Amino acid sequence: MSKIYDVIIVGGGPAGLAAAVGAKNAGAKDVLIVERDSTLGGILEQCIHPGFGLKTFGEELTGPEYARRYIKKVLDLGVEYKLDTMVLEVGKDTVTGINSKDGLFVAQGKSIVLAMGCRERTRGAIMTPGTRPAGVYTAGAAQRLVNRQNMMVGKKVVILGSGDIGMIMARRMTLEGAKVLAVAELMDYTAGLTRNRVQCLEDFGIPLLLSHTIVEIKGNKRVEGVVIAEVDPATKKPIAGTEKLYECDTLLLSCGLIPENELSKKAGIKLNRTTSGPEVNQFMQTNIPSVFACGNVVHVNDLADNVSEESERAGKYAALYAEGKLPAGKEIPTIPGNNVRYICPQRINPAEPATLFFRAAMPQKNVTVKVFAKDKELSSRKLIKINPGEMEKVEVKPEQLEGAEAVTIQVIQ
Amino acid sequence: MKQADIVIVGAGAVGSALARELSKYKLKVIVVEKNEDLGGDSSKSNSAIIHTGYDAKPGTLESQLVVAANPMYDKIAADLDVPFARIGALLPAFTDEQFAQLPALKHKAMMNRVYDIEYKTGEQLLAMEPSLNPDVKGGLYIPRESIIDPFLLCIGLAENAADNGVEFLLGTKCTGIKVEEGAVTTVNTTAGDIATKYVINAAGLYCDEVASFVGKNDYYVNPRKGQFYILDKNTSCKVGMIILPIPTKVTKGKLMCPTIHGNMLVGPTAEDLLDKEDKSTNVEGLESIAADVRKMIPGVNLRDTITQYAGLRAQRNPEGLNIDVYDDLKGYVNLSGVRSTGLTASVSIAKYVVDLMLENGLQTEFKSDFNPIRKGTPRFAELSAEERAALIAKDPRYGNIVCRCETVTEGQICDAIHRTLGARSVDGVKRRLRAGMGRCQGGFCGPRVIEILARELGISPEEVRKNDPGSEMLVEKAR
Repeated sequence: MSKIYDVIIVGGGPAGLAAAVGAKNAGAKDVLIVERDSTLGGILEQCIHPGFGLKTFGEELTGPEYARRYIKKVLDLGVEYKLDTMVLEVGKDTVTGINSKDGLFVAQGKSIVLAMGCRERTRGAIMTPGTRPAGVYTAGAAQRLVNRQNMMVGKKVVILGSGDIGMIMARRMTLEGAKVLAVAELMDYTAGLTRNRVQCLEDFGIPLLLSHTIVEIKGNKRVEGVVIAEVDPATKKPIAGTEKLYECDTLLLSCGLIPENELSKKAGIKLNRTTSGPEVNQFMQTNIPSVFACGNVVHVNDLADNVSEESERAGKYAALYAEGKLPAGKEIPTIPGNNVRYICPQRINPAEPATLFFRAAMPQKNVTVKVFAKDKELSSRKLIKINPGEMEKVEVKPEQLEGAEAVTIQVIQ
Repeated sequence: MKQADIVIVGAGAVGSALARELSKYKLKVIVVEKNEDLGGDSSKSNSAIIHTGYDAKPGTLESQLVVAANPMYDKIAADLDVPFARIGALLPAFTDEQFAQLPALKHKAMMNRVYDIEYKTGEQLLAMEPSLNPDVKGGLYIPRESIIDPFLLCIGLAENAADNGVEFLLGTKCTGIKVEEGAVTTVNTTAGDIATKYVINAAGLYCDEVASFVGKNDYYVNPRKGQFYILDKNTSCKVGMIILPIPTKVTKGKLMCPTIHGNMLVGPTAEDLLDKEDKSTNVEGLESIAADVRKMIPGVNLRDTITQYAGLRAQRNPEGLNIDVYDDLKGYVNLSGVRSTGLTASVSIAKYVVDLMLENGLQTEFKSDFNPIRKGTPRFAELSAEERAALIAKDPRYGNIVCRCETVTEGQICDAIHRTLGARSVDGVKRRLRAGMGRCQGGFCGPRVIEILARELGISPEEVRKNDPGSEMLVEKAR
């Protein structure tokens, strides 16, 4: 492959598609998306529920409809793409991939955008004890089987974890005729969006057990039941004597998502300990200047709309970088303050405007979000509530940042 | 009725090794295995170590067979295309009490003819294994302790046996043994009777039950559970060798070692049970592993765990590896007490048993056409760029990566399904190829493997199982 692309994008899900649109709109000529699945759209293809597009398109779409709009843009803009192709390695200006048609290939790019998304935390990672029967699925794997392969994974279901996919699958399984006995959540608040708790659990009368966890999986061949116990909210340890057996044939896990950064690590990209994704500036540029990253590979988002917005920016700046037009200069760090788990981007160029996305560490009511540069308060905004499951953002402008050495966000009650 | 010269009960490591050894002779051999796949029960969930026998009880049959087996593995692994590495083991002492035990342990190793065992100072041990607790006072180095892929060992032995004419009846349980005039005549199975002159009981955990069919159960087997952690290949604290604790009376203790595929393995517990089906993990067991292994490797990071599992060793009561033939029961060979060293000893047990049978009147001849070589499915993840390109050019399905964590292709999965004694289930694919053994634990490849199994086996997706009947992955079509 002798052609040199302006931008090569790894992953054709919501992030990769939007990055391609952003790159093209910013003037990139040759843009390539490399996607491992047999279609573009990524995880959106299995998200057949509504709730997408309110921000981006001002109307409520299903995942595949939302993907279709971006795929159409991408095709209209003349973006090249390779499907059924696994990327094995990313360099600072190369992407090594493999597929049935081309075999092993190396594509050259002036800039590269990482848009690999995330994977689900497994039973092993959360160390749920018990037997190892059939019928234990991560919520996303079950969602693929039900929505794309048209196969039911079970009839009597318990869900561990109140992540968004778990709650959405609680509703989905119920609509398909399964009985969802309970959603157990270790924390004393839901992990996912409030709207999913209301629309997927409460509207269907599915019990949500906060401060509960599964202490044993039973069944040698197929799941026969799970034992759920209450946990001490302070220690998260099960409380003896509160164990209760739920007879079921299926356990779905929705216990967190992990940015998929195997390729990033191999490429020498600096990852953030809290997000497990690459550290970026407001241009979504990693520590390797030609490599950009966006979407859930950077930090796990709750809305595809946010991923699209962030990724269009990544694509735009990757295109500018390819043309040698991306502003460079001294950068300053963004520092999570009181009740802030993380801020993305982790560093900003103070000479350019920046949107800082952040998540709270714990739920709080009636808070003020304050942004500081040293002792100087840059902005202040009151919120009725703040929830780790819902991402927040603040804007900072160059005129506010003159002489600043860092930017801090504080959530104050 | 099926006719055989020899029926082997059990297709774990020992049954499979026996099948291969007997396939060198002009004999009709049938293996009956209750599970749907090879690899038995204990043989597939253990520490995957090929021991030297340094710590066996000197003078016992177990010592003799384990010590004899270890040097056989270079050739067996090469012939059968089984991943195997001689990484060596360390036995570090951290307390004065442990340090004082070292001479006795070394002497025991010498009694077992493991002459290459060496003393090492604390400094030397830390240089060999920097993750060790720096308080280490000294210890022993056992260079030939080795690691292997336990699934592929069983599968390799059995496939090679099948290619040399042995018949395997999987998903077939031995339900009785008929004896007439003091000699075995028939083995009853769930797939019908087999007329035979010999039967070898290699039923491992269930060998007491099989022995009871002929009244030779003068012992019983209780399962001794061992729980393990498997850590991510990228875990923050790794070891390059097998790190063994100074043994106690009850168990060899909890160890940490790399697996042949680069994960870290930490465990096992030793819990005596009654239920031979209880392969569950529990919090107490897993926490005890963490506490014990941290004494040796303080940095072990169990937050990088990708899975936990439990295996059952076949603990004989009274204890001891026994291989018996009987004057009053012609044609019956009983193996009992094959425990945690059984994976190692399988290949020497096979030699020993065949010799014993020949000594006791088995009439047969060598085959001239025995082929010792088994070529496994290509391990795509380990191939060079050129080798990969060549495979894809020959079969484009090798360009379709199904398991991204372990880099397993559709071509490999199809090969594993269609080869001799091929994969029939999700676990079958996983054990042969590692699809689903990586950090996402099948989250990505699981739905795809189900699709490929259904397509290649010509069954519906609802019929695809995790392993044995009753472990169906899916319940019905959606709408």
